[in-house]
Amino acid sequence: MPEETLLKVSHIDVFHGSFQALWDVSIEIKPGEIVAIIGANGSGKSTLLDTISGLVHPAKGNIEFEGKDISALEPFRIVNLGISQVPEGRRVFPDLTVLENLIIGSYNRKARSKSEQNLQRDYQLFPVLEERKSQLAKTLSGGEQQMLALGRGLMSDPSLIIIDEMSLGLAPILVNEMYKILREIRERGITILFVEQNVRKSLTEADRAYIMEAGRVVLSGNVAKLREEEKVKKAYFGT
Amino acid sequence: MTVLVELSTPVVMGILLGGLYAVIALGLSLVFGVVKEINIAHGDLVILGSYFGYVAMTVLGIDPILSLIIGMPLLFGIGFAIQKYLLNRAFKISMDATLIIAFGLSLILQNAYQLIWTPMARGLTTPYALESFSAGPIHVPLVYLLDFAAAILVMLFIQQFLKRTYLGRAIRAAAQDRKTAHLMGINTDRVYAYTFAISMALAAVAGVFLGLTFSFTPISGMSFLIIALGVVVLGGLGSIVGTFVGGIAFGLAQTLGGYFFGVAAQMLVAYIMVLVVLAVIPRGIFGR
Repeated sequence: MPEETLLKVSHIDVFHGSFQALWDVSIEIKPGEIVAIIGANGSGKSTLLDTISGLVHPAKGNIEFEGKDISALEPFRIVNLGISQVPEGRRVFPDLTVLENLIIGSYNRKARSKSEQNLQRDYQLFPVLEERKSQLAKTLSGGEQQMLALGRGLMSDPSLIIIDEMSLGLAPILVNEMYKILREIRERGITILFVEQNVRKSLTEADRAYIMEAGRVVLSGNVAKLREEEKVKKAYFGT
Repeated sequence: MTVLVELSTPVVMGILLGGLYAVIALGLSLVFGVVKEINIAHGDLVILGSYFGYVAMTVLGIDPILSLIIGMPLLFGIGFAIQKYLLNRAFKISMDATLIIAFGLSLILQNAYQLIWTPMARGLTTPYALESFSAGPIHVPLVYLLDFAAAILVMLFIQQFLKRTYLGRAIRAAAQDRKTAHLMGINTDRVYAYTFAISMALAAVAGVFLGLTFSFTPISGMSFLIIALGVVVLGGLGSIVGTFVGGIAFGLAQTLGGYFFGVAAQMLVAYIMVLVVLAVIPRGIFGR
């Protein structure tokens, strides 16, 4: 049933040189879901995202997107297929204007024809980006840069958006606002996979979550169920 | 007063010559800024442009400037192939590998020029190359004015291209952050090939105007590479305005150095200025 699963990562091993970063990792995302990946620093979360985006390739196992094997594809082809990653640390292009950053997001051929339409969607979601469109990206505040990074990721017209550590370094009030926007993005038909160190937040905002430790998925399931797991309570909520 | 009158010619000549130097350096600066390769063969590739103009003029009877209509796309294609088939593969091994390949390319080109065109000095001697232009006390060769006009056209064109086109924005994005450029769906290998190709099209322009201005030999590329490196150091990396100002500073240092210390010392003066700038503002006049 290819319609049922949007992204299917099956039993992947990933190496950085001789260091094995992921061990037999499998995850699945259905269309319209919000899925969180939770774990401490160095648990392999970012490596998993980079493997889905094609920046690194799995040594074993495979990744299917809309039923197509993408494990050996280069990053730009994966963006073309409809997977967009908002990298950790925002990584906006500092010496490009806000508008140029957004336009670069629609670089792939499929997104170019929808560039104007997606730009208007971004301006609706983030009015501040329209106000500051001719400013250089490096002059924005941290929160505005995160909005720009998210808006830029949406410009590639993705069906799945992957977000790495969105709330890192943001004030709590801003974090809440960003998650409100995520829900709006999902309402517009875009599936969301995010990585987050803030466990409490992840387990309320996502539908399902995968918990990673030392390169392995150790727990997964519905967030309501995970919140009740003794192991999760102990490790993350201190109760 | 008479000193000022006497100085006016070297000052004007220095500025105009600086335009030529800026065009020679622009391709080097672009590849350096975007791909992070120091293209040691850049000078020899500029000389390839000069020889192309020479062949167009002597064999086909076409004016060298007009021949750029063919020369620019031709060198553009060669540049695309060099980056795609040689350098893109090399820099996945290490940056040193690209340096060595560019060095090898430089040696091959110099020897090929000797075989084909002999070590004799050549020049693009068109009727207008010998004309001069006078305004009051200032006398300059007409080609110097053409050099400067070409420089302004080329700089404006490249600046608008980088600012307004998808490819231009992708080139700037890839220069600033390669990994994120990947995530934006940019095929960076392809962007690098286009960058090198553009650098070569610029080398075609630089080569023709160089040939109109100076005579050249199969080994002239090296001295123009060094001038181009000096210009890039002066202006700062990754800035078109910087390259332009760096070119003019270098041209002025050369002509004024020649005026005060004699022609034999003119290049020495220019290089000393480069060293001083490196020591005082290592990022160059417009560097970031």
